[in-house]
Amino acid sequence: MKPESNLEKILTSGHFAVTGELGPPRSAYVDEIKHHADAMRKHVDSYNITDNQTAIVRTSSIGVAASLLQMGLEPNVQMTVRDRNRICLQSDLLGAVSFGVRNFLCLQGDHANFGNEPQSKNVNDLDSMQLIQALKNLRDEGVFISGEKLEHPLPRIFIGAVANPFADPFEYRHLRLAKKIEAGAQFIQTQCIFDMDRFEKWMEKVRELGLHKKTYIMGGVTPIKSIGAARYMQKNVAGMIVPEALIERIKGAKDRQKEGIKIAIETIQRLKEIEGIAGVHVMAIAWEEVVPEIVESAGLYPRPKVD
Amino acid sequence: MIIAERKPLAEIAEMLKPFQKICILGCGTCVTVCLAGGEKEAAETAAALSLLRQKEGQKTEISTFTLLRQCEYEYIDDFIAKNEFDYDVILSLACGVGVQTMTTRMPDKIILPGLNTKSMGYPVEQGVWTENCLGCGDCVLDLTLGICPIARCSKSMLNGPCGGSQDGKCEVSKDIDCAWHLIYERLSKMGMVDRMNKIQPPKNWSTSHHGGPRTIIREDVRLETGE
Repeated sequence: MKPESNLEKILTSGHFAVTGELGPPRSAYVDEIKHHADAMRKHVDSYNITDNQTAIVRTSSIGVAASLLQMGLEPNVQMTVRDRNRICLQSDLLGAVSFGVRNFLCLQGDHANFGNEPQSKNVNDLDSMQLIQALKNLRDEGVFISGEKLEHPLPRIFIGAVANPFADPFEYRHLRLAKKIEAGAQFIQTQCIFDMDRFEKWMEKVRELGLHKKTYIMGGVTPIKSIGAARYMQKNVAGMIVPEALIERIKGAKDRQKEGIKIAIETIQRLKEIEGIAGVHVMAIAWEEVVPEIVESAGLYPRPKVD
Repeated sequence: MIIAERKPLAEIAEMLKPFQKICILGCGTCVTVCLAGGEKEAAETAAALSLLRQKEGQKTEISTFTLLRQCEYEYIDDFIAKNEFDYDVILSLACGVGVQTMTTRMPDKIILPGLNTKSMGYPVEQGVWTENCLGCGDCVLDLTLGICPIARCSKSMLNGPCGGSQDGKCEVSKDIDCAWHLIYERLSKMGMVDRMNKIQPPKNWSTSHHGGPRTIIREDVRLETGE
């Protein structure tokens, strides 16, 4: 079967991919997010749409995906296992595929404690590994988790997962990636990279197992907008490492925002040199307007067209 | 054991407001060990409640008793046989199991809960009790060599630590150990870390409460009616 996803086509044809990220609003007013999407339409190959990120209630990822498809843009629907059981996850997948979504990113999801409904039940019927495998089985075997057959084969979907080299235990992180690949992850987007040394150490282990040849690994890049944002990520986001030296560098800069953008560009340039990195995932949530500049300055513009 | 915590006095006082003759009933097993609802706590609760109601000008008669277990008919029946019951209400300081077992045995009495039942776990040290079993009905401790990912991982994951595990702690709180970090360390020490590389399939949650309230029936040990 031929790939239907643009992202899959870009990656399988050997191009260095660029994906963007959109965070849906806490309302049904999606004009602004559509505007952000439109502003980077020539700069990214596909758009991740987050799934109630940090456990805050927002317009659904699938809802925004419908808007993007109407605009002729390609969504990558994030699916966490936090809020939906296997009945709902499989059903939502079918629903999204039915109107044209082809990329899915499987995640565990931040605990509901962090969000604006901390009294809710955390579902976690499946874990992220099992969701990846479920999607693969739906597509390749035509079966639901129960083993029952789909009434009609699923179109070719592109299955993604995340990896966090900055979480612990570090010695297990590449093995966890291997497991996700075995489960069916065709592409990987990593947590935001600020600690390049640790990232490269992780990539060494990834290459030792040859994992970079079994999946497409995209490095996560986030431009730092302010010292406050950097401190927040450093102190409050579990599984993130923001080195003090990086914060000092921004502090010392004349134009801090420009420095944040510059660091993001440098990160992409280093990532391009690392064996086994197939692309970058630019997460500039609440600062989407700088994505075109970053992509252009990193030498990733214009984006390739693949049929 | 079952771990519980006494409800705040204000909440207890509020639920007992309509009543005058009150029996506060301690339980002598799990909740005694976790210092929530034993003989001592029954006496303390009675004293505090009397004082509070006195201040508020409410008529009050409080008695306290303690059963060895409020979750077994044997002890309840013995208690009923030996005591006259003319109370308006019983405040049970047992876990939720005890409150309900009492209710089935004394269906014409009002029995209210004095505790919040928290979990199944064990006393780690003096003054610290921690949850370590969810009663999922399909034990996986063989996979992890004795550390439960269902009860002790905040997301009940079966395939290793999520991206929020840092320095051995869970993303939910620095007071919570990451269960999968502990499992990784334990399996590494035992030379069995490859167990974590095998994909565990979706769990059958129907053996847990998700399958509906559970009853075990053992025909081989049941007594036939009249035997």
